[in-house]
Amino acid sequence: MIIQTTESMRPLADEVVRLDKVMRHYTVGEETVRALDGVSFSMRKGSYWAIMGPSGSGKSTMLNILGCLDRPSSGAYWLSGENVAEMDDNALSDHRLRNLGFVFQSFHLIPQLTVSENIEVPMLYLGLSQSERKHKAETLAERVGISHRLRHLPSELSGGQRQRVAVARALANDPAVLLADEPTGNLDSATSVQIMGLFQELYEQGKTVILVTHEPDIAAYAKACIVLKDGVILSITGEGK
Amino acid sequence: MSQIRYFWPFIKLGLSDVWRHKTRSLLTMLGMVFGVGSVIAMLAVGEGASQQALDSIKRLGSENIMVMSVKPTEGEGASTGAERGRLAVYGLLYEDEKRILETVPGVVSTVPARMTRRNARLNERQLEMRVVETIPGWFDVVQRPVLAGRVLNANDMRMRANVCVLTEHGVRRLLAAEEVIGQRIRIASGVFEVIGIVKNETGGTVRAPDSEADAYIPITTGTKLFGEANIRYSAGGMEGEKVELSQIIIKMANIGFVEPGSKAIEAVLARFHKKKDFRIDVPLTLLREAERTKRTYNIVLGAIAGISLLVGGIGIMNIMLASVTERTKEIGIRRAIGARRSRIVVQFLINTCVLSIGGGILGLLLGVSIPLLITFFTDMPTVVQPYSLVLAFCISVGVGIVFGLYPAMRAAALDPIEALRHE
Repeated sequence: MIIQTTESMRPLADEVVRLDKVMRHYTVGEETVRALDGVSFSMRKGSYWAIMGPSGSGKSTMLNILGCLDRPSSGAYWLSGENVAEMDDNALSDHRLRNLGFVFQSFHLIPQLTVSENIEVPMLYLGLSQSERKHKAETLAERVGISHRLRHLPSELSGGQRQRVAVARALANDPAVLLADEPTGNLDSATSVQIMGLFQELYEQGKTVILVTHEPDIAAYAKACIVLKDGVILSITGEGK
Repeated sequence: MSQIRYFWPFIKLGLSDVWRHKTRSLLTMLGMVFGVGSVIAMLAVGEGASQQALDSIKRLGSENIMVMSVKPTEGEGASTGAERGRLAVYGLLYEDEKRILETVPGVVSTVPARMTRRNARLNERQLEMRVVETIPGWFDVVQRPVLAGRVLNANDMRMRANVCVLTEHGVRRLLAAEEVIGQRIRIASGVFEVIGIVKNETGGTVRAPDSEADAYIPITTGTKLFGEANIRYSAGGMEGEKVELSQIIIKMANIGFVEPGSKAIEAVLARFHKKKDFRIDVPLTLLREAERTKRTYNIVLGAIAGISLLVGGIGIMNIMLASVTERTKEIGIRRAIGARRSRIVVQFLINTCVLSIGGGILGLLLGVSIPLLITFFTDMPTVVQPYSLVLAFCISVGVGIVFGLYPAMRAAALDPIEALRHE
């Protein structure tokens, strides 16, 4: 029975993300908080999505689950054809390493590493050789327009430059999905436009991009939008392409 | 190879981390520095001292047994007033030597010696010397380098020749720059020709059979000239004693015979000596004792070093725990990127090991230089053994792993979501 249901939920070939009745409950004291309460949707390869919602809508929980940092309490989450809900911690780590690229609001670069070394971190865990890492870091830095700063420390860069480094790092493992959490939250509007331009380019190059934001003008860059409220989907607009 | 490729960036990271917090790292390492330094330094000093002791014991010959005459303690009758003016007769006899040679199994040779203190003169110079009346065999058993001339031989014995062999020290004090070999000196009532000079053993912690200013003469000459009684005149009368032999050195065939041999000798002698007027010294036993002492010493040293290493390790663990808190966000980032828990553990273990090995290397330098300084300033021999350097390295790595494990596990156990949110 169970196997049959699982079979029926299997994502289509071009669906890189598929959530099926995903629930995430927390127990706080004696109360059960339903951060996500039965969410289902799917995203096709090469699409560009925004996930919106006010604070407390389950947006952060959604980000954690999409980012394989957390597992659903029930339901299934398929990323690149594998069900994340059934994975243990090591498998989850490996899955993040191979399939996900994170871009955070506050950049989250490692302060004691240079730009080049920051970009190389995922490649290090993937086991690439030093020359491969160096070559790839240079290519990526060029792609995000930061190649003149490779030897600098993050503290020596502006906010926009740091976010470019973060994008380069997120691309270092050729991820199936690029997951950005308020990527412009700490940037001024001019720089925000530049960074959103970068995401647009990546989308045009065929990357799957998911933005998690509460700003409508940032969400407007995406081709489709999911609005969450109180742990359920309020609306889904667009196909993502 | 691929392992090194993977670890190197983390080693580099650990090194740059140590470098960035120079003061903190140095203070953290101090525990290790003193721990490892004291291990090496104390081992070197201890090894030097015990090698010195062992050397001097070994030079006594570990297959030898030495029997000495000792004045019996308060036998029957008071020896104080009643015996004044009389000759005290005690000690080993020529017969004893013969009995030992004939009855104790494993005896290769015996060397009798009679020792007295007498004045030696050359012109206006005078020196109290220990006169050892012995046989040529002495020089086979107590092996010392001959510096000039020759030692006693069988012919000297037969001829009861007035010849003597001096120790280097005695030569320096008595003869000074005078012509050495062939020089005639006066010892008590006899005139002796100096036929040879031997190097002598001085210093050291164990009693050697030779002393600083020795004159060796044939025992036959000694008996002819001085007799067996030794009479000292002092205020209130004279005191005399008659000792046939002061000492017998017995050489056994091999070390295996030494311990049973000493028991047999004890038994043989006890039958003919009513009073306990002899003592048996077995260098081998002394050697064993010295080795036991050394072992005890090492245990004490080990305990002290262990405690300082423990303290050093706890210091490192403390700093690493602080570092884990400080770097919570970095841990979160690495976990989000896809590092497994085990990789976080490895990263922090490497970091701890960089600290502990750094401390170990500084400690090693300290530990090697302290013995050098000790030797330089006090002339005490020290031996830095190569294995202690390897030991220091292993200890450093061990401390790093043992005390790094807990902070590393703490780091790895962090929830990535919480860690990312940490400010």
